[in-house]
Amino acid sequence: MHASARSPDWLRRSSSVTSGRGGAVAAGWVSRSWGPAAAMNFSEAFKLSSLLCKFSPDGKYLASCVQYRLVVRDANTLQICQLYTCLDQIQHIEWSADSLFILCALYKRGLVQVWSLEQPEWHCKIDEGSAGLVASCWSPDGRHILNTTEFHLRITVWSLCTKSVSYIKYPKACQQGITFTRDGRYLALAERRDCKDYVSILVCSDWQLLRHFDTDTQDLAGIEWAPNGCVLAAWDSCLEYKILLYSLDGRLLSAFCAYEWSLGIKSVAWSPSSQFLAVGSYDGKVGGRPRGEAHGQCPSGSDHVASTRPPPQVRILNHVTWKMITEFGHPATINNPKIVVYKEAEKSPPLVLGRLAFPPPRAAAGPLSSTESEYEVASVPVSLQTLKPAADRANPRIGIGALAFSPDNCFLATRSDSVPTAVWIWDIQKLRLLAVLEQLSAVRCFQWDPRQARLAICTGGGKVYLWSPAGCVSVQVPGEGDFQVLSVCWHLSGDSLALLSKDHFCLCFLETEQGVGTAFGQRGDHT
Amino acid sequence: MGDWMTVTDPGLSSESKYISQYTSETKMSPSSLYSQQVLCSSIPLSKNVHSFFSAFCTEENIEQSISYLDQELTTFGFPSLYEESKGKETKRELNIVAVLNCMNELLVLQRKNLLAQENVETQNLKLGSDMDHLQNCYAKLKEQLETSRREMIGLQERDRQLQCKNRNLHQLLKNEKDEVQKLQNIIASRATQYNHDMKRKEREYNKLKERLHQLVMNKKDKKIAMEVLNYVGRADGKRGSWRTGKTEARNEDEMYKILLNDYEYRQKQILMENAELKKVLQQMKKEMISLLSPQKQKPRERADDSTGTVISDIEEDAGELSRESTWDLSCETVREQLTNSIRKQWRILKSHVEKLDNQVSKVHLEGFNDEDVISRQDHEQETEKLELEIQQCKEMIKTQQQLLQQQLATACDDDTTSLLRDCYLLEEKERLKEEWSLFKEQKKNFEKERRSFTEAAIRLGLERKAFEEERASWLKQQFLNMTTFDHQNSENVKLFSAFSGSSDRDNPTVHSRPRQKKPHGAPSGSPVCTSKLTKSLPASPSTSDFCQTRSCVSEYSSSISVLNTTPEESKPNQVGRECTNQKWSVASRTDSQEACCSGCSSTHADAHIEKDDLP
Repeated sequence: MHASARSPDWLRRSSSVTSGRGGAVAAGWVSRSWGPAAAMNFSEAFKLSSLLCKFSPDGKYLASCVQYRLVVRDANTLQICQLYTCLDQIQHIEWSADSLFILCALYKRGLVQVWSLEQPEWHCKIDEGSAGLVASCWSPDGRHILNTTEFHLRITVWSLCTKSVSYIKYPKACQQGITFTRDGRYLALAERRDCKDYVSILVCSDWQLLRHFDTDTQDLAGIEWAPNGCVLAAWDSCLEYKILLYSLDGRLLSAFCAYEWSLGIKSVAWSPSSQFLAVGSYDGKVGGRPRGEAHGQCPSGSDHVASTRPPPQVRILNHVTWKMITEFGHPATINNPKIVVYKEAEKSPPLVLGRLAFPPPRAAAGPLSSTESEYEVASVPVSLQTLKPAADRANPRIGIGALAFSPDNCFLATRSDSVPTAVWIWDIQKLRLLAVLEQLSAVRCFQWDPRQARLAICTGGGKVYLWSPAGCVSVQVPGEGDFQVLSVCWHLSGDSLALLSKDHFCLCFLETEQGVGTAFGQRGDHT
Repeated sequence: MGDWMTVTDPGLSSESKYISQYTSETKMSPSSLYSQQVLCSSIPLSKNVHSFFSAFCTEENIEQSISYLDQELTTFGFPSLYEESKGKETKRELNIVAVLNCMNELLVLQRKNLLAQENVETQNLKLGSDMDHLQNCYAKLKEQLETSRREMIGLQERDRQLQCKNRNLHQLLKNEKDEVQKLQNIIASRATQYNHDMKRKEREYNKLKERLHQLVMNKKDKKIAMEVLNYVGRADGKRGSWRTGKTEARNEDEMYKILLNDYEYRQKQILMENAELKKVLQQMKKEMISLLSPQKQKPRERADDSTGTVISDIEEDAGELSRESTWDLSCETVREQLTNSIRKQWRILKSHVEKLDNQVSKVHLEGFNDEDVISRQDHEQETEKLELEIQQCKEMIKTQQQLLQQQLATACDDDTTSLLRDCYLLEEKERLKEEWSLFKEQKKNFEKERRSFTEAAIRLGLERKAFEEERASWLKQQFLNMTTFDHQNSENVKLFSAFSGSSDRDNPTVHSRPRQKKPHGAPSGSPVCTSKLTKSLPASPSTSDFCQTRSCVSEYSSSISVLNTTPEESKPNQVGRECTNQKWSVASRTDSQEACCSGCSSTHADAHIEKDDLP
């Protein structure tokens, strides 16, 4: 393995930019011909299991799991730094906040193994015994591990500094029951006692209970701190539309309910500035047109869909009054000509992407990109492929399944589960739909570049898609055989992107024009 | 006539028919059947007329027939067929004339009847067809009526059905609503039931969990443990602290600190935003004031109360503004003031804009009738002027361009061109000199000509004087010869003297002009005066001047020569003020003419001659 990484062979350059230049040109394209990325280089594929591949919080390392082995590589050179062997198949890994330790959870065995990067010989093994283990995570200080036992009997807080062990009883088994503030000071924990929901706020430094209050929910489904750590959002299960906002000191700031009777909240996301709270819902709201359409912010003309079922909505709440600012409807037909619809077009026989000259001549890259074009700018009206939800089954494929704000607060990416092939990108400054990306297959995962407004999307196919306000590209992952990208994971710097398939992963290095020199410089230093 | 026939005849004929029938029946006419037949069908009658008559009248019953006919005819009002009998006993004789008359009349009647019948038949046919048509129409209409009635019934039925349906639907809706309500109730009850069950289950589950917990934890499970090679230091390097009340308090403090920080941060942000907004408002206000203040006078003149007061407010605000800017901090009073003033100004601005809008619309409506609007003529004049100016400017530009081009053209060439130009200039100078000399010569010639002309004029004047002297002398002689008209002449003399004086008074201009021109000239001696006059006249006298001089001459001469009339006649172009003069002169002339005519005709001839002489 060492040998394979040593040679510069891993660097396979794929001519990157493919753009939607057919027909109507998207506004962003002309101004910046390079689109979201100037050039993309792909590493060779490495083995991987259970999609366990994570960059360290400091961005220096990349941890990945192959069965029972944990491999830590340099994030730039991809050279193996450390190799750890666990007792069984690893089911979960997590970096400590200071990037010094990695925990590997072996749920089947009820075991957690912790490895130190600085001291390879150091090891720690936590056995939950017969109580079992369903979840394990680091505390923000990187010296405590929180293990949730089976049946959510309790959460055990193990310390790596002292022998002390703390227990937290009555944790609630829910979607998102544990949340730390960004600064790592506080932990909010959903609890269930006597058939009532409670939230406990604990100080992470000494695990002391700071606040404990009951929430006015039927069945608390999740809690999440605002990025500023002062407001906690708590939402009810999908049976009831209710989202509650609590201050750090346990005061109820506001409660929001969009409608009753129908399935409620499916996803919640805070904007990085804590200014907005996006609430994605099922929106089976019956009767009356959804207000979003009446406002004209989402194009009308989706009547045939609206009549049967109103399009699912994302509602944006503001941080001053905690009232709704706007609703983003997700209609199946897009009529507004202002909205750019990128449609992934069926491709003519795939181009063989061999090794190209390094570095590729800039002049050649331009025309090449246009011939490889995969995205088309569809002219409105566009009707998106919609799934007919099976009403007789639980967890219907409707509603807003995923929500993510861009790091600069300017954009919101959403996916409606009834239109699984589309990603909707909303302009938060103008509070309107900006673009829709319609893929050929269902969107598996999308993630924003942590540094800029750049969205990586994967659909389980052999391509990775990037969107930026400048445009859209789809890039074939080079290599023999199919590399089905199931998940993506950005590096801290936004310069590289880990692409995960079922049993392999590879890194994709993105070079913006100004970043080319520095990236190579760094790489040169390391090799 | 025909119309009348058609109208009346059917009645007549039918009447006659009935009557005939009746009579035939009562009289038991042997041919009653026939007569009927005749009346019914007239066309076959002509065919079997003969047979009919033969059947009616036989050898035996001539008498009877005649009497019968007589009877019949008399009943119809015909004269009797028999001659009037002298006695009752005597057998009445058949009057052939009467018979023939009767027959003729009958025939006429018959013809008439036939005609009437024909008319009636056609009428009948017409009416029949009309009838048919009407019947058809009627049938059709009836049918229509029937169908529409049916339709109406159908529609009514449908309406009823629809109403029924509607009612049903309403019922259904109600049912559905009920159902919904019921279902909602059911859902609610189920939800409560579910919740209850859930709670129950959860309690059980909790119990189980508790039990499990006890079991798992109390087993002293050796397995639950952590194997660590060595404990690592804390990330912050500190040692863990004991949990005490102090730490709790510290935690609280920290929490509140965080919250406070957050709130402070937010407040700062809001303050900043507020400040920004305030700044914008202030600026807006300032701009509004500056925008509105120039128009202060106008609205005040219009005596609009509201604006007037508000404007005074503006002034106040303008004063306040400086104070406010010093405050700058958020204070409720300031804020109120600011918002109020902004609101006020906004209102003013709005009203002002509205007013302007109104004005604009008014202007559009009234067109250019308004007094304020510049009249069309003025406008056009102005445009014309401007156009002219433009034209001039254009010309100027053109000339400038030309000059520039010339200059450029000349400038682009070098010394040779300048030399050439100099040459040209010299040549031009030469030419000009030549022209100048030529011009001078011409001038000299002109002057010579003028001199000769004046000389000629003088000569002419002298000649005329001589002639007039001659004439005067001649007239004197004549006068001396005419002794018989002493009285009249003395009158004339008086008249003339009066006239001459009045003319002097009446014509100051005439006098003044020569006086102006020759102030030293005194009218002492007429010959001298005239000569002087002519001499003093401009070198090239116009005809009018010439005439004037002549008039002067005549006037002066008139004082000498009493019956001098010719100068008056020779002045047709002297009008206006001399009109009265002329009149007088005419009067005098007539007198003089009378005198002359009575005396001698030679003066006439003389006058004529003089007339011819003058141009």
